[in-house]
Amino acid sequence: MSIIKIQTPLTDESIQNLKAGDQVELSGTIFTARDAAHQRLIETIRKGEDLPFELNGSIIYYSGSSPAAPGKVIGACGPTTSYRMDEMTLPLLGLGLKGMIGKGERSQEVIEAMQTHKAVYFAAIGGAGALIARAVKKNDVIAYDDLGAEAIRKLEVEEFKAIVVIDAHGNNLYETEPVKYKATT
Amino acid sequence: MREIRVDQIIQKISQMCIDCNYNIGKDIEDALARAETNEISPIGKSIISDLLLNSQIAKDVQMPICQDTGMVVVFVEIGQEVHISGGVLEEAIQQGIRDGYEKGFLRKSVVSDPLLRINSKDNTPGVVYYELVAGDQLKISLAAKGFGSENMSKLKMLKPSDGMEGVENFVLNTVKEAGPNPCPPIVVGVGIGGTVDKAAQIAKKALFRNVDESSPLPHISELENRLLEKINHLGIGPQGLGGVNTALGVNVEIYPTHIAGLPIVVNINCHASRHAVAYL
Ligand code: SF4
Repeated sequence: MSIIKIQTPLTDESIQNLKAGDQVELSGTIFTARDAAHQRLIETIRKGEDLPFELNGSIIYYSGSSPAAPGKVIGACGPTTSYRMDEMTLPLLGLGLKGMIGKGERSQEVIEAMQTHKAVYFAAIGGAGALIARAVKKNDVIAYDDLGAEAIRKLEVEEFKAIVVIDAHGNNLYETEPVKYKATT
Repeated sequence: MREIRVDQIIQKISQMCIDCNYNIGKDIEDALARAETNEISPIGKSIISDLLLNSQIAKDVQMPICQDTGMVVVFVEIGQEVHISGGVLEEAIQQGIRDGYEKGFLRKSVVSDPLLRINSKDNTPGVVYYELVAGDQLKISLAAKGFGSENMSKLKMLKPSDGMEGVENFVLNTVKEAGPNPCPPIVVGVGIGGTVDKAAQIAKKALFRNVDESSPLPHISELENRLLEKINHLGIGPQGLGGVNTALGVNVEIYPTHIAGLPIVVNINCHASRHAVAYL
């Protein structure tokens, strides 16, 4: 299987070309945010205040890394389950969020909004936190430090391996792949 | 009477927290290696290879396999002849967790109140169960339980007439609904019988058993095999992206129950099934 190299920020054109099932390697900047950080982002939007990073064109990685040991850039940093962020993702897509990296299925509303606003959802391998850490070259907390593991981090990544699981056309690998291996007996 | 000092316990618990998060158990490693060989989905196969590579890196670099280093669950079996000295056992266990999560650079994932949700910043408290047994030893079984999989667990009070079929259907539906969320290939712990709390407790206990170890009860070990086969026929596969390896193992524990009931709890664990046993 060939690997598609992607440089952030994501453009609408590159998003249109990505298909569910594509294996990609992402390089550039991504931002981590999980449950508590999403709640704060939504609260900030509701109040009409400035977000801690430029959402337009960005990629959010649902991840809360373990602490970096001395001399290390980051600890283990695999994805967390995405569905918990579904409802809070809708306003973010409306504001230009272009990519999400996580694991597990998304709601119908999110999949539809991804088509409307042209966004893509990647899966990283859940539980491969030590392997994924090798792709992270720089790691800075940029907001909500008080949330500990749930703070927002700006990560510089190189060849971060991921799979396009839901594309901007509504194709969903979680729907199309498992049925192929389902035993009929 | 045999004396065990609390500082021995603190040290042991701390070491177990670090060790199980860095070094995947041999049972899981072997099961993943088997899955890598027999997986027919190309995406699935490459995912399992990456998981094996991941555990190798974690072991070599001595870092956590997964960033969700879990909430700690401890089963303690205390011999009646043991005397704990120098402090309180429960506090020693919590101190061991605190030390291990700090020293091992493990993630602090516990909030002190489920509704106010303030992080306790030291991963305490863990959940501790005590059992008083014969002898003069202290047996500590410890797991770091990730919540992607914990969240997919389910409970049901079946009717006695639902029987074996009801049990199988409930387990299969729970795994089906969980889909990709608990990081398959998963380990499935099932507790059947007792009361609502007992069923949950033995489902958790089932996850402490190695995946390659069957129940000593013939009808239960057959149920485990049957369930494993049926689960792997669901097609969910590694990470829910299709394949024949949805589960690495199914462990079932049972307990006597009331004439009117058949409680069942399915406790799901991910491939990062981290558990360790130590004796003091
Ligand atoms: S479900 Fe398990 S492997 Fe997956 S992220 Fe959580 S702890 Fe890690």
